[in-house]
Amino acid sequence: MAASASDMVDRVGRGANSLVRWIDARFPMSKLIREHATEYYASKNFNFWYGFGVLATVVLILQIVTGIALTMNYKPSAAEAFASVEYIMRDVEWGWLIRYLHSTGASAFFIVVYLHIFRGLLYGSYKKPRELVWICGMFIYVCMMAEAFFGYLLPWGNMSYWGAQVIVSLFGALPVVGEALAEWIRGDYYISDITLNRFFAFHVIAVPLMLVFLVVVHIMALHEVGSNNPDGIEIKDHKDESGKPVDGVAFHPYHTSKDLVIITVFLIVFAFVVFFVPDMGGLFLEYANFEPANVLQTPEHIAPVWYFTPFYAILRAVPYKLLGVILMGLAVLLPFFLPWLDRCPVKSIRYRGWIYKVALAGFAISFLVLGYLGLQPVSDTYTLLCRLFAIPYFGFFLLMPLYTSWEKPRPVPERVR
Amino acid sequence: MMVRRVIAGLLLAASAASWGQDHGADVAELMPANNDIGDIASLQRGARYFVNYCLGCHSAQYVRYNRLGEDLGLTDAQVLENLMFGAGQLHDTMISSMRPEDGALWFGVAPPDLSLIARSRGVDYLYNYMRGFYSDPSRPTGSNNLWLENTAMPDVLWEMGGTRSAVFSEHDEDGVVTRTLDHFEVIREGSVSEEEYDQVIRDITNFLEYIGEPIQLERRALGVRVIAFLLIFLVISYMLKREIWRGVH
Repeated sequence: MAASASDMVDRVGRGANSLVRWIDARFPMSKLIREHATEYYASKNFNFWYGFGVLATVVLILQIVTGIALTMNYKPSAAEAFASVEYIMRDVEWGWLIRYLHSTGASAFFIVVYLHIFRGLLYGSYKKPRELVWICGMFIYVCMMAEAFFGYLLPWGNMSYWGAQVIVSLFGALPVVGEALAEWIRGDYYISDITLNRFFAFHVIAVPLMLVFLVVVHIMALHEVGSNNPDGIEIKDHKDESGKPVDGVAFHPYHTSKDLVIITVFLIVFAFVVFFVPDMGGLFLEYANFEPANVLQTPEHIAPVWYFTPFYAILRAVPYKLLGVILMGLAVLLPFFLPWLDRCPVKSIRYRGWIYKVALAGFAISFLVLGYLGLQPVSDTYTLLCRLFAIPYFGFFLLMPLYTSWEKPRPVPERVR
Repeated sequence: MMVRRVIAGLLLAASAASWGQDHGADVAELMPANNDIGDIASLQRGARYFVNYCLGCHSAQYVRYNRLGEDLGLTDAQVLENLMFGAGQLHDTMISSMRPEDGALWFGVAPPDLSLIARSRGVDYLYNYMRGFYSDPSRPTGSNNLWLENTAMPDVLWEMGGTRSAVFSEHDEDGVVTRTLDHFEVIREGSVSEEEYDQVIRDITNFLEYIGEPIQLERRALGVRVIAFLLIFLVISYMLKREIWRGVH
């Protein structure tokens, strides 16, 4: 009995091997697995900051899968959208869970990506030779903003409606073409059924396609140059006789097993939000959005969802709308140039001088404070604070060529610790 | 009884200290509703009050009777007997027999659908709003509300809660006159005691919170199980990671 069982396993094994050979002769399957997993070497000293990339991938997949399920019951029409969301929440089997996973996933996506970007700033992951990895990542971030903006209109709640109204009207601030451009985006003189239809098309097809494409490019570029590490040392500079980096371990099974732990920790936090505080006290699902869109009545206080509020605070801090729009655009655009703004040869914050540490702390604090201020109603004090905290935000980028060339970094060790 | 009402009124006045003529509910402090969504008896009472006192004008267009029965532990017969007064099917949603356009004509504004009112306004607001009615002969409905001035809604629970008038004190700060509630004066006693009436309001609030998201009764229970599983999985995945990384220095 035992002999025949092991015989069976052998035969299945031989069958599988010949199938792999058959595929490999026609498609580089094993080659791809080797290059991107079993023989992709990444530094062995990754800390928790290096988990947010895989978490972003997990959330992206979650958003795509739950998004497909939601699309099956959602109706992209002004007359039916709001009711179809409530239908999903109440009548569709497990619809509430799918919807909460998707709405919480949207915020989770921004949280992990903000932390992922911050990791890049901490350890200089944007520096040579990873400039394209960084730029591609910034494009992903801009795509995410578009994706979130389009998606936020779909429930057709009152905050959806007026939020879209405010954001689209920003395009109207551009000289000459502004009004025509805003009209072109809406497809109407105001946010209407037509707008909802096209935003749905962008949200479920156009932007996700771009996102997935950019993510693939991001990872391909990364795997070409290799991952950075908390010491900011190129592990490829020290290889053994077989050509493997001495300080690296294979992505699979080493980093995959580590990532599994990180993913599980993330899922615990994520599940806590989904099952216990899905609206996050009005941050993830805003109270005003439980009322259907009403053309005649604005919500008491219009604010975008939390992940846009740092930029919204900058917009509101400027008394002239056009200048506000330009500064807000600049706030998103400036990080693209980081690889060339930073003149310090040292990557990791572990070996950089105090100037960069102060600048980065100032930037992080200003981002958080601006995010808080963007959620608050307008007042003179808050406007003043917005202006005050916009200074370290822009200063971090614009003054970077100066302060990073004055910086006195410590010597960087040869090998990772 | 009278004394107790005055004290309750003063407490409300204290909590509504910043309430004024131009202020909405967001500036004044709301008393906590202290409702318990897990209290099925309270939800059953709330459902009964809802169909008797609210459904005449307000719909809950996303709420199905049979789902209600299932969640609140009622049989189909009980639902048909106690909650459904018109001819209808068990799987129907709670639609008021008053048409919204008639409501708009009669009250100036169509009574809002209440399916999601607890999610958009919050339970504390609903609890305080329902407790906030006072007699005001200048209004077409004969009543006004502390939390939504000149509300179109009449004081539909007057039979149970009685009627009362509100005495305001006026403060002049740099030419800006604000009105603060000083106390209530009872005009007519209600058919139930102060505590009972408070519980009635709490039951309705509780019911409104339930219909805002019927799944919430199960959601948290499932969450505990999901997180428990993930915690066990965390231990296993951590052990796997340690095993794989054993040789790495």
